[in-house]
Amino acid sequence: MATDTHDAAGQAADAAHGAAHGADAAASAPGMPQLDFSTWGNQIFWLMVTLVVIYFVLSRIALPRIGAVLAERQGTITNDIAAAEELKAKALEAEAAYDQALADARVEANRIATETRAEIQADLDKAIAEADAKIAAKTAEGEKAIAEIRANAMASVKDVANDTAAAVVAALGGKADAKAIEASVTARVKG
Amino acid sequence: MATEAHGAEEGGLVFHPMDQFIIKPLFGDGPIGLFTITNATLWMALAVVAVILLMVWGSARRAVVPSRKQSIAELAYGFIYKMVEDVAGKDALVFFPYVMTLFMFIVMANFLGLLPMSFTTTSHFAVTVVLALLVFLTVTIVGFIKNGTAFLGLFWVSSAPLALRPVLAIIELISYFVRPVSHSIRLAGNVMAGHAVIKVFAGFAAIAVVSPLSVVAITAMYGLEVLVAFIQAYVFTILTCVYLKDALHPGH
Repeated sequence: MATDTHDAAGQAADAAHGAAHGADAAASAPGMPQLDFSTWGNQIFWLMVTLVVIYFVLSRIALPRIGAVLAERQGTITNDIAAAEELKAKALEAEAAYDQALADARVEANRIATETRAEIQADLDKAIAEADAKIAAKTAEGEKAIAEIRANAMASVKDVANDTAAAVVAALGGKADAKAIEASVTARVKG
Repeated sequence: MATEAHGAEEGGLVFHPMDQFIIKPLFGDGPIGLFTITNATLWMALAVVAVILLMVWGSARRAVVPSRKQSIAELAYGFIYKMVEDVAGKDALVFFPYVMTLFMFIVMANFLGLLPMSFTTTSHFAVTVVLALLVFLTVTIVGFIKNGTAFLGLFWVSSAPLALRPVLAIIELISYFVRPVSHSIRLAGNVMAGHAVIKVFAGFAAIAVVSPLSVVAITAMYGLEVLVAFIQAYVFTILTCVYLKDALHPGH
């Protein structure tokens, strides 16, 4: 589109030019300088020189150099990305190792805790058993002492009763047969 | 593109929009021979200098992290390299320096031509016709060398009905030979027209009442011309790639 309007504008300009020529033909060069074929040879010669120079400068110096720079940059970027990926993999590995260590430590801690608990439980059980045994021994001892004391007390009661009975019999003027009194007292105390 | 107004000299409005394209000898006033150094020679040489400055001096440091100059050089390289690869195919990359030469010359000549008082070498048919003929000859010769007579299959549209094929062959043949004409006139025509229009607006600037409008119009046209300078170089280059594709892979 822009091309068309442009060409149209160019033609308009040419027309204006032509009109200007009609009025002022003497002062200006004729027609379009582009169509003055006497200058073509000169232009074409210098254009070929220009193109050859540009071609050699570009193909021998500029393009290989820029191409090398671009390739080097691409290489650097690729290397950097590879290095970054490697580091990332290492980081992941390290994280996995850390997690593993953490899990191991947790298991170890649990094991130690369980062991310690069992040990303490065993000690506790032993202590409780010992204490129980001591308590049982003390209890048995106590019971024995109580039984002894009770037996002694019974014996003392019997003696006192015998003595009292003998004294009562004597006081009443009877002659007390020690054996009969004892039997009688025993029967009464039991009863 | 000499934007000074000629009209004021003689009091009336006189336009010489085409005078900017006149080729003059740079030294002396003699006739223009084959080796005469002219204003066209000077601006072609400046285009060479510009190309060397950008592509050689710009990339001289070979930095992995590029400077601004080197970025532009790399951008131009990547732009044309990708164009050749995408449009003409991987096997066309041998022509990359050639296509790059065409592009760099045209784009530099177009932009240098936009400097005030400069001379636009690409506004001359002598230049663009040679550029287009170089492409045309390259495409034709490479086409026949790579494909032999199979290159003629370009004109034999095998996907069309048999009855239509001879007619299409004639059309294709004509369009093939019109290519260098359109290829060259498109570039020179666009560049010349834009410069001439700017010159016409500059002529109007001699009238005091119209001059602000004229300056605005020149500014707008100049902006458009900056676009055209690049777009026409791009169009010329991409068409070169399209024609190269025909030479390397004929058939539709």
